[in-house]
Amino acid sequence: MTGSVGLLNDRELMGEYTIGNLANHSERLMIMIDLLLKEVNLKLEELDGIAVALGPGSFTGLRIGVTTAKALAYSLKKPIVGIPTLDALAQHFPLTDRLICPILDARKQEVYSAFYRSDGHKAQRISDYQVGSIEKVLEKIQEPVVFLGNGLLLYQSHITKALGEKALFADPAHSSPRGGLIAWLGLQRLIQQDQDDPFSLVPLYVRRSDAEIFWEKR
Amino acid sequence: MLILGIESSCDDTAAAVVEDGVKILSNVISSQNEFHQKYGGIVPEIASRKHVELILYVIDEALKKAGITLDDPEAIAVTYKPGLVGSLLVGLSAAKAIAYARRKPLIGVNHIEAHAYANFMEHPDLEVPHLDLTVSGGHTLLVYIKSPTEHEVLGGTLDDAVGEAYDKIAKFLNLGFPGGPIIDRLAKSGDPKAIDFPRPLLNSGDYNFSFSGLKTAVTYFVREAKAQGKEIREEDLLASFQQAAVDVLVAKLLKASEEKQVSTVTLSGGVAANSLLRKTLSEKGRELGLKVVYPSLALCTDNAAIIAGLGYHLFKKGVRSGLDLSAKANLEF
Repeated sequence: MTGSVGLLNDRELMGEYTIGNLANHSERLMIMIDLLLKEVNLKLEELDGIAVALGPGSFTGLRIGVTTAKALAYSLKKPIVGIPTLDALAQHFPLTDRLICPILDARKQEVYSAFYRSDGHKAQRISDYQVGSIEKVLEKIQEPVVFLGNGLLLYQSHITKALGEKALFADPAHSSPRGGLIAWLGLQRLIQQDQDDPFSLVPLYVRRSDAEIFWEKR
Repeated sequence: MLILGIESSCDDTAAAVVEDGVKILSNVISSQNEFHQKYGGIVPEIASRKHVELILYVIDEALKKAGITLDDPEAIAVTYKPGLVGSLLVGLSAAKAIAYARRKPLIGVNHIEAHAYANFMEHPDLEVPHLDLTVSGGHTLLVYIKSPTEHEVLGGTLDDAVGEAYDKIAKFLNLGFPGGPIIDRLAKSGDPKAIDFPRPLLNSGDYNFSFSGLKTAVTYFVREAKAQGKEIREEDLLASFQQAAVDVLVAKLLKASEEKQVSTVTLSGGVAANSLLRKTLSEKGRELGLKVVYPSLALCTDNAAIIAGLGYHLFKKGVRSGLDLSAKANLEF
């Protein structure tokens, strides 16, 4: 899962630190935050708010990110906003006429996904967040679409086979969630006086735990 | 000196404020038992999710009950091993973020050392060196304690922890979760000599334990009896199981006390609350002239007061953890 920390003000991206496939979020996250702040010569206390990607994604990775952000917001008494990762990914293509479909590898031959459409300014979500097979996603697509996300690493050829020329794919540089964009989307919410409660904020898992799924099937 | 302690190694989310390693100003524990009960045991993924939900509420309540703010603690102590990694990571991530944001030292604490420290907390005159038996749902360890922060592991379980055997038997018999207190209560009205269960590794010559075989012996016995249409009194079955487990624990602890020539032995961990274990060890200890010490019930089970308490001693010793501190499932002393 990507590890990314970004810092921006209302005019520019001040800095971003992104590792495409971060192996150990727990060991690296605070170090990355510290490095970025030092690099742009900013103190944590000077921040006006904290935005965090809520997922879906690796359960453990999400918990590390969300817990870190919650505890930072609580300790610094700064506002916090949670941004669904699929929403952030869709904003890589805010102006396309195509359907936008970010897909993230959910393991177990499944992907996390949602559909978005541009309103001329921004990609607006037009479906629920879902987890399921790639076939289930493809089933619903009748029109030109752009795919992005780490699900492409596994399913790009599969999608091409099913949709042919209808499907376009993001290049790798536009396929990973980025801290700078999470921060930007967070800023938009903060400007609207919209924020989350750090105490109750939790990841957007989309998928329930195996134990709960088995319990229901029993 | 105030230390904020955070603990999330298993299924309890906990935070505490302790002064000078002994005075507990607050000790907040949010038990998740109700969420795990229907599964008959702790579900790691559910435990991790609950920790994220509860962690800030618990920390905030610990500060408020202690009548302090985040300005006041000298350092943040947090459990980083051993335990369920997904669970540990929540407390650890919160502790790192708080320490970093408030520019306070971070101190990683070993959960097992902290359980053994519970006895120092409540018995300031506790003699060292002494022997400690840490028994819980996740651990069975015999440890030679030289000081609150120095120890040597003499042995541990090769398979299930003793508390795990209790939980699994309770699950098998549909008694509920956690199994320890339920079995302890039912066994009180049973005959411990009714069934002669094996005493695994009793004479192994080392300080290791094994409880998986004993658990299997109990389940086999029940299945066999059912197949033959025999009635078994559940209380007798549980009393006999409990006696077998306690016999091994006590025998090994006493043997080690002789070899290491200590005059004090301690119990710690959740199973230290077991009434038969306490009673048997106290009686045998009296016969042998050994001092037997165990923590109050509140400090037996997982809590953050022992984390903050031991954190104080580690702080004084100069121990500081980096922001790259990682969670570890195993002890790795």
